[in-house]
Amino acid sequence: MQLIACPWCGPREEIEFSYGGQAAVAYPADPASLSDEQWARFVFFRDNPKGPFAERWVHSAGCRRWFGAVRDTRTYEFLSVGPLSATTARTSVLPEATP
Amino acid sequence: MTHAGTTAPTTAPTPPGADLPEHQESLWRSAEPKRSYDVVIVGGGGHGLATAHYLAKLGITNVAVLEKGWLAGGNMARNTTLIRSNYLWDESAGIYEHALKLWEGLEEDLGYPILFSQRGVLNLAHTEQDVRDSVRRVEANKLNGIDAEWLDPDEVAKVCPIVNVSGDIRYPVQGATFQARAGIAKHDYVAWGFARRASEAGIDIIENCEVTGFVADGDRVTGVRTTRGDIAAGTVALCAAGHTSVLLDMLGVPAPLQSHPLQALVSELLEPVHPTIVMSNAVHVYVSQAHKGELVMGAGVDTYNGYGQRGAFHIIERQMAAAVELFPVFARAHLLRSWAGVVDVTPDASPIVGATPYENVFLNCGWGTGGFKATPGLGWAFADTVAHGRPHPLVAPFGLDRFVTGALVDEHGAAAVAH
Ligand SMILES: Cc1cc2nc3c(=O)[nH]c(=O)nc-3n(C[C@H](O)[C@H](O)[C@H](O)COP(=O)(O)OP(=O)(O)OC[C@H]3O[C@@H](n4cnc5c(N)ncnc54)[C@H](O)[C@@H]3O)c2cc1C
Ligand SMILES: [Zn+2]
Repeated sequence: MQLIACPWCGPREEIEFSYGGQAAVAYPADPASLSDEQWARFVFFRDNPKGPFAERWVHSAGCRRWFGAVRDTRTYEFLSVGPLSATTARTSVLPEATP
Repeated sequence: MTHAGTTAPTTAPTPPGADLPEHQESLWRSAEPKRSYDVVIVGGGGHGLATAHYLAKLGITNVAVLEKGWLAGGNMARNTTLIRSNYLWDESAGIYEHALKLWEGLEEDLGYPILFSQRGVLNLAHTEQDVRDSVRRVEANKLNGIDAEWLDPDEVAKVCPIVNVSGDIRYPVQGATFQARAGIAKHDYVAWGFARRASEAGIDIIENCEVTGFVADGDRVTGVRTTRGDIAAGTVALCAAGHTSVLLDMLGVPAPLQSHPLQALVSELLEPVHPTIVMSNAVHVYVSQAHKGELVMGAGVDTYNGYGQRGAFHIIERQMAAAVELFPVFARAHLLRSWAGVVDVTPDASPIVGATPYENVFLNCGWGTGGFKATPGLGWAFADTVAHGRPHPLVAPFGLDRFVTGALVDEHGAAAVAH
């Protein structure tokens, strides 16, 4: 089984993690002003590269924190992991950080 | 046998194996690419080959099927070959039932054995909500003229005696839908049968020919760039399944596709024990028994995007656990091999077929985990679409524009795990 390096817990088995899809899909700043095409783009369309892909993952069965990763979709190798920067967070999906 | 000291035979000794039947002639011509075609089909899987076959029936034969690897080496010869038409919505019923009717006459049409076996499919229900959804789907199927029945657990056991219908499993079987006309076929034979017919009609099937780019002129594409040179095209038909996004990125056309690994596995060869197909979305496995005797099993996609034609082992482990729960008799069967394909998944679990922003480029993709069953129906309707330059009514509901209009064909209920 593949090991994934959680930025907070270190390497753990793949089954502890859940996939969050493409990173850095920002919620529209002014939703009411979007055309139908723009809404469709935001709701349904995501990149699907064959190669390195910037993604969100969550360590569901561990620290339960989200993080960012760049993973090669050809080999499934994680090229880098790190915290999700504020700009890559998708506010509609990410849980609030409660103390 | 000659022995030392006896007279040697007068005829020359024959090489070993000379008594075996002649190796079968190639089923299709391996063509050199010409510099120009009326129609270039990208992708030599089932859909590309079926489209070629039905184009030939429309009298269009200046056609090339370009395949980057070997014929049917994508998902076509990796799928678990389930064929059924018991989808929920009218749009899906239209295309899948048309396909099933074509399957029923395909062996004759192709003049080639495809081992189509209509052994029926049970879609198990394990919760009250499953039961309500299933009964609704049965009634929807009947309204669309599709054979469908609701069976209670005892009737399920009559159709398939090895399913555990007792109450002592984690998710007891509450009943099942049954489509008797559903079945399986031999996927590689299907591909070869289509290739043979298309090739006989004069269509060029070109393997080891990867499309690496497009030559565009305004809103038309005039040709494709390939690893075997540039090829001019009157019309381009994309049938690249899991690799469609790679091609659309070259064209700058966005589409809501995510490519995922989808795995399947077979057991060793066993005596016939399993007379039908059983699918369970809730327990997350489906099983049939192939003609030779292997149990063929699959489940859902690996959750992350991937183009690797392989998946994670825990997925296989879970689907075998589910299978043993439903079929205690499988507990001692051995896994023979597992493999994966790359499937192109859409937000509503329905395909994307039809026009693109380029007036002479037509798109066929997004069949995800369930496009094998559609092969003849899609080929038939897509050939008509390409020939007439507009979507055939059977595929018209599946245009790319539905993600903007909101007219989705949400088949998650019928298709999420189901294939
Ligand atoms: C494990 C598994 C189980 C499945 N089980 C079922 C099932 O039981 N029932 C069912 O209905 N469906 C099933 N499916 C889905 C089904 O196999 C697919 O929906 C269907 O095969 C897709 O159409 P195709 O045959 O044309 O695809 P493919 O066979 O994948 O054909 C696409 C072809 O395009 C080629 N290609 C890609 N890019 C290029 C390029 N740039 N240049 C040239 N060629 C290119 C590829 O090499 C490939 O051969 C399953 C799939 C998998 C992986
Ligand atoms: Zn962690």
